[in-house]
Amino acid sequence: MILNDGLKIQRCHYHHEEFHKPRPGQSNRIAPAGERQAGTREIKVVRRVLDVNAKMAEQNRRMFAAQGVYVLNVMSSPGSGKTTTLEKTLARIMPEIKCAVIVGDICTTHDADRLAISGAPVVQVNTDEFGGDCHLAAHVIEKAASNLELGGVDLLIVENVGNLVCPAEFDIGEDARVVVLSVTEGEDKPVKYPLMFRQCDAALLNKIDLLPYLDYDKQKAIAYIHQVHPDMPVFEISAKTQDGFDPWIEWIRDRVGQKSSLP
Amino acid sequence: MHEMGIALQIVEIASASIPAELENVRVVRVNLKVGKLAAIVPDSLRFCFDIAVKDTPLADAELVIEELPVLARCKACRAEWIISDPVFTCEQCNSGSLEILSGRELDIESIEIAEEDGNDSK
Ligand SMILES: Nc1nc2c(ncn2[C@@H]2O[C@H](COP(=O)(O)OP(=O)(O)O)[C@@H](O)[C@H]2O)c(=O)[nH]1
Ligand SMILES: [Mg+2]
Ligand SMILES: [Zn+2]
Repeated sequence: MILNDGLKIQRCHYHHEEFHKPRPGQSNRIAPAGERQAGTREIKVVRRVLDVNAKMAEQNRRMFAAQGVYVLNVMSSPGSGKTTTLEKTLARIMPEIKCAVIVGDICTTHDADRLAISGAPVVQVNTDEFGGDCHLAAHVIEKAASNLELGGVDLLIVENVGNLVCPAEFDIGEDARVVVLSVTEGEDKPVKYPLMFRQCDAALLNKIDLLPYLDYDKQKAIAYIHQVHPDMPVFEISAKTQDGFDPWIEWIRDRVGQKSSLP
Repeated sequence: MHEMGIALQIVEIASASIPAELENVRVVRVNLKVGKLAAIVPDSLRFCFDIAVKDTPLADAELVIEELPVLARCKACRAEWIISDPVFTCEQCNSGSLEILSGRELDIESIEIAEEDGNDSK
């Protein structure tokens, strides 16, 4: 079952810079009271810009808790293997764990079609209005979740939009975040996108079946992950061959089990 | 990447912060604090802000961004330091158990409005 709920989400500008360092010539000033232009008056605001999203995320979190649903937010660059990993994961954990999926794809239903084969209900979030969007916000998840029957569901998996920057900034009310990194990407992704790797609870290093054909330095990649997020579990997997899946499946089972056994 | 959405939120919050009794006010500055760990590129944000303010009381406003460093505290030895490279282990004791005290901010501090009766602003 695929529900296309026709949600449109905010357009974003594709532009990223490595870990922000102060750049020469860039003014970082905030006017001290005395420096204000004559004839102006300062009004204190002191509000978080993402307040609305943060509140909506908390509301989602309470709703998911009330329904006993564990929510996993899966993020990565485009093509790292989120959909493939989830297809294989669903095949391993269903029907023992009852799953539902929300997928934020840019303009096709390909991912939703692939994931629906598992038998899990899938909601596709349509983000094509401006030809490409960068993240799922909490209100989008709320709307998408309202199209799912979460009553009997133990695990809601969210495949976020392929992007290592914006999704890290937007809480959706999830219980855990997982980042997928594939060995065909640079080893230094973690240090280029530190917020993403700090925000996540586990990393999946995917496509290890390709290692014999690449000059990829796996130890270096793992060291970079741990430089940004010491002690984060890293699961080395191949979504293609399912190599390394056991500890990853175990990790999910543990976490979902802990939540549903809560009083 | 999501700077346009952020810019629209800023305009919304700033507009809502204009005291109700003032009519036809012109906001000349919006003072924003952005932590270096926030996934925000200041130049992109300024660019988007200039588009987002069209036809609002912020049409002439300048977005002033103060970037805040990433300040960490070690949960093990209580050392505090500024993280300038993406290395999140304690400089003193090597522990990886840190509290990020600041660096995630994306906060509107204040707005500044022109003190005039506003006749020339509309
Ligand atoms: N060799 C290999 N290819 C993979 C693996 N996982 C995914 N792929 C391929 O990588 C491409 C992108 O995968 P997909 O799951 O769609 O990535 P997503 O964009 O992150 O959802 C597809 O062609 C997959 O078949 C893997 O473990 N090994
Ligand atoms: Mg996908
Ligand atoms: Zn320490």
